[in-house]
Amino acid sequence: MIGEMLSYLGTSSHWVGEGGIAARLGEHLWYSILAVLLALVVAFPVGLFIGHTGRGKIVLVSLSNTLRALPSLGIMTLLVLLMGLGLFPPLVALILIAIPPILAGVYSGVANADALVVDSARALGMKDSRIILQVELPLALPLMLGGLRSALLQVIATATIAAYVNLGGLGRYIFDGLALYDYGQVMVGAALVTALALVVDGLLALLVARFSPARRLTAA
Amino acid sequence: MNWILNNTEQTWELTREHLYLSIIPIIAGLVAALVLGLVFGNRRRARSIITTLASAVFTIPSLALFVVLPSILGTQILDPLNVVIALSLYSASLLVRTVFDALDAVPAQVLNAAEAVGYSPIRRRLLIDLPLSLGPLAAGLRVAAVTNVSLVSVGAVIGIGGLGQLFTSGYQRSYPDQILAGIIMILILALLLDRLIAGIARLLTPWLHLSTKETATASASGSEAKK
Repeated sequence: MIGEMLSYLGTSSHWVGEGGIAARLGEHLWYSILAVLLALVVAFPVGLFIGHTGRGKIVLVSLSNTLRALPSLGIMTLLVLLMGLGLFPPLVALILIAIPPILAGVYSGVANADALVVDSARALGMKDSRIILQVELPLALPLMLGGLRSALLQVIATATIAAYVNLGGLGRYIFDGLALYDYGQVMVGAALVTALALVVDGLLALLVARFSPARRLTAA
Repeated sequence: MNWILNNTEQTWELTREHLYLSIIPIIAGLVAALVLGLVFGNRRRARSIITTLASAVFTIPSLALFVVLPSILGTQILDPLNVVIALSLYSASLLVRTVFDALDAVPAQVLNAAEAVGYSPIRRRLLIDLPLSLGPLAAGLRVAAVTNVSLVSVGAVIGIGGLGQLFTSGYQRSYPDQILAGIIMILILALLLDRLIAGIARLLTPWLHLSTKETATASASGSEAKK
């Protein structure tokens, strides 16, 4: 099986053209990044509001837990039956997955900004908008990026399932391979999606480290 | 909802399968994480290797792991063991970091006191470190449990997925009610498991749930001590 996988990956014609590995990788990244960006639009303001005001914390926790328990395969298949095939149903499922980690990152980052620093900023006469922009958000950056990282990771993993409801992406290889009992092709899909996840996660880890406070202190 | 009422027997059977597919990995993962945590918690090198490995495992998408495990383990692709082992690996890697952090959070004075009154290292680990880290541990366990319950359903695309099979069969037969039934049952299961773990943790850690007045005094004196 490993041999079949390597020979599949080693054939250059499998990499280019429509349905080639490069195109599938592109589709996979496109679904994932689009979903995370749209989740950011929803989760960022909400997390900011709750973190800054401290209101609605209980709602946030129970909402995040419910979303975490929501099975993506169920959401995708249900929405496809209700609305037809297309990008929209899987995208909704992916957005729902990305929201809890982003929300948690933004909320905990802002809420955990050192109270002394925030109070000093207020004592200096800063307005709420300036406190948020110039004090809380910079302090929250490492946790926010951490949330973004786990959101993207989970979305990349789950975008594999989108192929079950006739979308592209790297899951295509797994589902096509399973249907044809071609386990070499299944392995190709599994290996590629794992590699993609590891690479993206590694890059984001570097980004998080770059913006962590300890690093900035030593740099200064 | 109607679907559940009209198919109670099938729902019950799939629910049982789902429970078994999600609970065994949680227990296996917890035991593995506890052993690793208690043995290697104080060894910096081993600990950083374990943490790195755990986060790498957690990066592997579940569907990829489900389909790759048979060729590593020599199991059949339809063997439920693949799903159980994959989810155990996830639970262990999710929990091992929680175990490390929870053990770190045990106050040093308590540990020193335990040693001073003559606890051997192993006894101290089991009778002092472990109980005192139950609070954060339970929080991590709840996340792992809820995640597992939802991940099991992905197995349905390779034929093993408990309630997830309602998604694949509902989708193939264009029957939204059946899918909705699966989603509802999974949410209920996740909620029940979450409450169950929280309840057990509460019973095991009575000192974390003092009455509000006592907690207020305790935390007030605690914060003073910190300053």
